[in-house]
This record gives sequence, structure tokens and C-alpha cells, in this order.
Amino acid sequence: MEYVVEMLNIRKEFPGIVANDNITLNLKKGEIHALLGENGAGKSTLMGILFGMNQPDSGTIRMYGKDVRISNPNVANELGIGMVHQHFKLVHNFTITENIILGVEPKSGLAVDIKSAANRIAKLSEKYGLNVDPYAKIEDVSVGMQQRVEILKMLYRNAEVLIFDEPTAVLTPQEIQDLIKIMKNLVSEGKSIILITHKLKEIKAAASRCTVIRRGKLIGTVDVAATTEAKMAEMMVGREVSFKVDKKEKEPGEVILKVENLSVQNSRKVLGLKNFSLEVRAGEILGVAGVEGNGQSELVEAITGLRHAESGKIFLRDEEITTKPVRARINAGIAHIPEDRQKRGLVLDYTVEDNMVIEIYDRPPFSKNGLLNREAIRKYSEEIMKNFDVRAGKGAESMARSLSGGNQQKAIVGREVELNPEVLIAVQPTRGLDVGSIEYIHKRLVEQRDSGKAVLLVSLELDEILNLSDRIAIINNGELIGIVNAADTDENEVGLMMAGVRKGESA
Amino acid sequence: MKLPIIKGIKKETAVSLLAVVFGLVAGALFMLMTGNNPFAGYAFLFQGGLMSIERIGNTLATSTPLILTGLSIAFAFKTGMFNVGAAGQMLFGGFCATAVGLTLNLPKPLLLTLMLIAAILGGALWAWVPGFLKARFNVHEVVSTIMMNWISYWVVYYTVPAYFKGEFLETESRKISDHASLKVAWLSDLFGGSYINLGILLAVIAVIVISFILDKTVMGYELKSVGFNRFAAEYAGVSVNRSIILSMMISGALAGLGGAALYVGNASNIQIGILPSQGMDGIAVSLLGANSPLGVLGAAIFFGLLYSGKGFMNAMTNIPPEIADTIIATIIYFAATSVMIEKFIDRIIRRKRGE
Ligand SMILES: Nc1ncnc2c1ncn2[C@@H]1O[C@H](COP(=O)(O)OP(=O)(O)OP(=O)(O)O)[C@@H](O)[C@H]1O
Ligand SMILES: [Mg+2]
Repeated sequence: MEYVVEMLNIRKEFPGIVANDNITLNLKKGEIHALLGENGAGKSTLMGILFGMNQPDSGTIRMYGKDVRISNPNVANELGIGMVHQHFKLVHNFTITENIILGVEPKSGLAVDIKSAANRIAKLSEKYGLNVDPYAKIEDVSVGMQQRVEILKMLYRNAEVLIFDEPTAVLTPQEIQDLIKIMKNLVSEGKSIILITHKLKEIKAAASRCTVIRRGKLIGTVDVAATTEAKMAEMMVGREVSFKVDKKEKEPGEVILKVENLSVQNSRKVLGLKNFSLEVRAGEILGVAGVEGNGQSELVEAITGLRHAESGKIFLRDEEITTKPVRARINAGIAHIPEDRQKRGLVLDYTVEDNMVIEIYDRPPFSKNGLLNREAIRKYSEEIMKNFDVRAGKGAESMARSLSGGNQQKAIVGREVELNPEVLIAVQPTRGLDVGSIEYIHKRLVEQRDSGKAVLLVSLELDEILNLSDRIAIINNGELIGIVNAADTDENEVGLMMAGVRKGESA
Repeated sequence: MKLPIIKGIKKETAVSLLAVVFGLVAGALFMLMTGNNPFAGYAFLFQGGLMSIERIGNTLATSTPLILTGLSIAFAFKTGMFNVGAAGQMLFGGFCATAVGLTLNLPKPLLLTLMLIAAILGGALWAWVPGFLKARFNVHEVVSTIMMNWISYWVVYYTVPAYFKGEFLETESRKISDHASLKVAWLSDLFGGSYINLGILLAVIAVIVISFILDKTVMGYELKSVGFNRFAAEYAGVSVNRSIILSMMISGALAGLGGAALYVGNASNIQIGILPSQGMDGIAVSLLGANSPLGVLGAAIFFGLLYSGKGFMNAMTNIPPEIADTIIATIIYFAATSVMIEKFIDRIIRRKRGE
């Protein structure tokens, strides 16, 4: 057969869980092959095995029909396998060229020959339409560009098989379009791609075949063109999934969170949020729509106390909290699902249960007289894990690091919802989640609203904003462009406003 | 990378034990190379540290300051700080204890209590400075703790001759009275006249208290969360700056206590112009002990054994005493490159699984 890679009967166990149970995946030359599965189904584990980061307990891997043993990522590189990890591995104060040649520096005499490397990178970039400036520094370029640097890193090492682990989770809709185009260029040049994503739309747009796994087991490989999104979702979750959110009409109550003329500096010490005002009422979900990096982070961090406000005021009910420390705000009733689950959301080297009480360990019953009450912590965590279907090999005692990306996210969402806050600030709450989990999390957010809480939803996904919000605030370049009722608007109007066009301004 | 835990025995323990084995094997090779019989060498080395109840006492006494500096550094590590200033904190803590001991004339229990408090406060103060500089101005603690080492060196250098000059020598303080010494008759008698002293009890108590703080208390939970991920701690509302300062002060207090164990326990006066070697050795102890309090206890006693046995080995054979230092250095090397050892263990496990 014309298979480039055959992974046959792969099995991998972790303490308490079989992550891969007899999985077979065959990759044809020149195809984009999607790998679909619930959170914790074992996708990253399987790809980790192909890239030599994990060793399988049993099973064989073949390349071009020959058995291979991939004992570490260097071997994978030599075999022409490259991988873009979900969390990029780039050196921020290096240039793009320096990052790409790290470890395989071309020499002229004793010196590193940056120039010829940069030329080669420019050529590769042109060939595949990547549009990368070899001399730019990583810290100055967008996330989408960083991802293209990771792609170039693989191409520079002559990779033939490219693995993408949830590449689109961090991208804006436009960047996703671009990435799909790039991937198509790559396969038309003879490369083969394995793509992990939870977004069925992307699978439809990009892939030719799709392998579905559930709880470590192979469900099957299907032809994408001949299979509906709903069918794929069902294969993956094992039941039918509804993509629409059930939401009843509801009259919002009093103002819970009020932001008045708020200005906040970003990390580059210029105003990232300018004179911004906003009200969130009890019993409503207010969505904040905008292209990434237009002031959403500054807004959220100022409200939660992680960043100080240059001017303006923030009120929780009638109390001003503008200068209160983070913990006081949490205690006053602000919960926050952070944008970056690994940087802020979790202490990866703590167990799940320690993470579940990270804001409330100092309250009874979790501690008394300065001593932790392990039993109470355990019980509370197991409750959250049950309610939010957080799956982990050793339950509440598992290290947060060992959880799959989506399960980490569910744990955080569960923790914050369980705080039973006055205001829930949810930033990209479903990033990296499978469709079943998204459905569930959306339901819980709407439940918060229905029980009379205020929800501030920040998301880059327009669908999510439109589906969940009662009102939508559109932010562009740090300024409030306008607020519209979700019922009276559509994708086009919001999209235009996101680009900075004020309502009624255009013809 | 992700580490699965070996069933039964923790991987860290296995790594440390292997580092010790490699170190001992390397030491044996050195002995062979210098034309000596390694079996005889090791026999004398261990006899030197363990042969009699008195020698055991001396071994424990040698270990005492190492336990405390190792604990100091391990505690800092666990809470995200690299304290390279244990030497200075120890010296200053020991100096404070000595100064109190030489100045006040009180009944022994009261005097010792005051001296220990002085040592703890002195060490804590010396570590507070780098903690504050880091919290307030983001000065890296490695730089500032090293700086503090030299400040403590010169403070002692000028203060001791000026106020506590010895009877014969300019370069050391007067001897403290029996009243002001951690040595007590019942303990020395129990160990056949060894110079073991109350320091060892303090060290063991410190090990218990620190592991209790780290595992069971709200404070330990907070400090460790800052150490593991200060962004997440900040997000959850833990006061990161307060934690940094507190963690340095506790670390410094432990080193200060180590200073008391050294200067008013094992010794009875303080010398000028020298930073105690236990400050840096503590880094090795905490490395080998995988930063856990119990691990530190074991590692410190092992190092103490090598140090206290090397004299006897030297007396009985032609093996140079530096061999003991070489073994220690090799062990440190292997403990530091534990990643390699981990890979090695991984491979053995996989073999066993029949792959
Ligand atoms: N190093 C590890 N130690 C213990 N368990 C692990 C480890 N790595 C993964 N697991 C477990 O194996 C299972 C599969 O994880 P994996 O990361 O492959 O999931 P995934 O399909 O990539 O999920 P997601 O879509 O959420 O990223 C999970 O239950 C996870 O907790
Ligand atoms: Mg994954």
C-alpha cells in the first residue's frame, strides 16, 4: 500500500488508565488525516508515541512499509516526522531564523551561517505561502505567525510527515483559514499531515479521512466527504450532540458589575484599554466580541485585579473594587476562568484536588487554624470532577500535569462555577474542548445566568458569543465600538463592528 | 518530561540511591588508580565514622549543620527560591548566638533559648534582604544572597576582633562558657564523650516541623503554589511578594540555626575570614535529598559520615583524604544530572516489562 505511516495495534497504559487500547491509524501519502476524539480520548498520547516522546507498551510503527522504533524525538526528526505542539516551544528573544536553526545550525568555519539559513527559510516560506520574516523576533510576532514558525521548523528539517496537535485552538478565525490553506499547500507538495482538532468544521474544510477514537479505543476511520458533522460527533461522543444552546427569554435584573471609563496599560506600557464602560446585570450573559489582542485581556485583568487600572472605576454591586487585591475580589464574588489554563489556571505540579481549592483553601471546611483538611478537600474535588466529567487516571490525586488538555479546562471551569460567584468571567471557556464538553459547559453557563448570576463571556469564537450572549459588547483597539442585543444582530454586523466600524457609520 | 512513578519506590529515591552508588563506584576507581585497595579504603572510611559509639556521635554532630543548611536550601527550592546564601545566613546566625552567649550571664536554659532565638532571627534577617529585593525590585536572589554572604563575612571579620577578641588569637572570638554551649553532659556521656550536642535534636525537630509546614498547613500550600507557578498563585489571590519574603526568611532562619549548631554546638568559638563550607554543601544535600525534608536528613547524615570517616581512612591507608571529597563531588554530579539517571531507570523498567 501507499501508506507513509502505519501505527498498528498501539497500546499505552498510564497508572489507572489505558490511554491507547489497540489503536491502528494509517496515513496515506499526500493526505490530511484528521484525528478526532473526546477530551482525554488519547489523541496526544498517540501522537506523542509517533513523535518518540512516549514509548508504546505494545504495537508496531511502520514507515514506508518498514518497521521502525522511534525511541526519542531526534529519531522522529531523522525519519522525517515533525510535530507542532499545542504549546509552542520557541525562544522569545531570538529571531525567527535563530529559533528555526536551533540545534541544526549551519556552520561556515566556526561561525553560524545565519545568512544562508535565513535565505533558505525565506525560500521555504515563499514556496508554501507562509509569509514569514526570517529576521523578526518571536516576541514581536502574533500567535499565528509563531505557529508558522513551528511549521517552518519542521520543513527546515525536511519533515515529510507533519503532526499538528490542536493547532487552531489558539488562532483567530482568519488565521484558521490561512492555516488550512497552508496545510493544503503542504499536501499538494507531497507532505502528509495528521491533524488533531475538536472543530468538525475544520475537519470538513481540510481533511480527506478522519480517524475517531473514544476512551482510548478505535471507533473507526471514515471518509470525510461522505460523513456529516453530526455523524462524526456521534461517533466520537457515543450519543447525539446538539449544537444549539437552549436558552429561555429572561428579564435581566439589577447591575452587578459596572466598569466606568476604565483605562488600562498593556504589557508594552501603552493603553490597551481606553475609557471603557460596561454594565453586566444579574441574569444575563454579556459577550465581549473582538479580534484577539484588542483589549480583552486588559479588561479582564483589570476587573480581576491582576493588572492595575490607570484611571476609571470598577464596581461590584455598589462597592468600588478598583484597587482591591485579587483575593478580596474573589471573596466578594468574582470568579474567573482564565484565558491560559497552563499559565494561570493551574499549578501543574499540584494534584487536581489541590488545584480545586486554590482560591478557597483558607476557608472552612478546607482548613482550620492554619491546617489543611485533606478529607474535605478530597470530597469537594471529587464532587467537581463528577459534576464536570473531569477524567483522570488516579482521580483527585492525579497530578494536574497528567490530565489531557480538555480535562484540565473542564476542571478549571468546574472550579470557578462551583465558587457560585456573583459574576463569572469566562474567557475562552471552551478552548480545546470536544463538542460534547462544549455542549455541557454552555449549559452550565446558561444555568448561571438563569439562576440570576451575571456572566461576562469573552471569546474569539463568534459562534459561541452569538449563541450564548444576551447582549454583545464589541471591542476594537481597546475601545468600545458598541453594544447590541444578541437577538437583533447577526454575524455580519458583529463582524463589521469587530473591524472597527461603528453601528450606523457604514452605508 | 512527565515522570511515571515506579510502583513501591519513588523514582526520586531511586535516582538518589543510584547517584550514591555511582559516586561510591567512582571513588573505588580513584582508589584503584592511586594504587589502593578500595575495599579496605571503604572499610576504614565507614569504620572511621561508625566504629564506636563516640564516632557515631561525632558523625551525627558533623551532619547537624548539613541537615539544617540542606533543609534551608530545600525549603527555598520547594517554594521557588534558589538560596545560595545559606553560608552567610549561617555565619551571621552563628555570630549572633555567639555574641549573646559571650555577653549575657544567665542560667543555661534561658541563655541557650536566647542564643537560639538570636541565631534564628539573625539568619532570617540575612535572608529577608534578598527576599525583599526580589519582591520589591525583582533582583535575582542568587545575586543578592551571594552579596549577603560577603557582607556577613566582613561584618564578622571586623566585629569579632573589635568586641569579642580571643585571648591569644586575633582571628577568632573568645571561647563561650559551658553555660552557653549546646553541648550537654548527658548527651556527651551517652555517646562516650563525643562532641555531639543538642544541635542534632534541633535539626531533627526542624525536619519534622518543616515537613509538617510543607505538607499540612495553609502556609505551606501557599508557599509551594508560588514556587511551582507564581502566575497561577497570583491569579488565585495569593500574595506572591509576601510569600517570597516569608519563604526566604524561613530558609534563612534554618540556616541561622545551622550556624548555632556549628559555632556554639560543635565548636565553641567563631573564626573570622572564613565562610562555612556547609552553606554550599547544603545545596548538594538538598539535591541528593530531592528537596524533601526526610531526604535531606538522610543525605546530610551520609555526607556527614563521609566527612567524619575520611580522617580515619587517611590514617590507616595511603588513600588521600581528598578521595572522600571526590566521592562527594561525584555524587553531586550524578544527582545534578539526575535526568540521565532517570532515563536509565526508565529503560530498565521497560526491559523488565519485556519490550
Ligand atoms: N504522563 C501521563 N501520566 C498519567 N496519565 C496520563 C499521562 N499523559 C496522559 N495521561 C492520561 O491519558 C489519557 C489520554 O490523554 P491525552 O492527552 O492523550 O488525551 P487527548 O485525547 O489528547 O485529550 P484532549 O483533547 O483533552 O487534549 C488522559 O486520561 C490523561 O489523563
Ligand atoms: Mg491533547
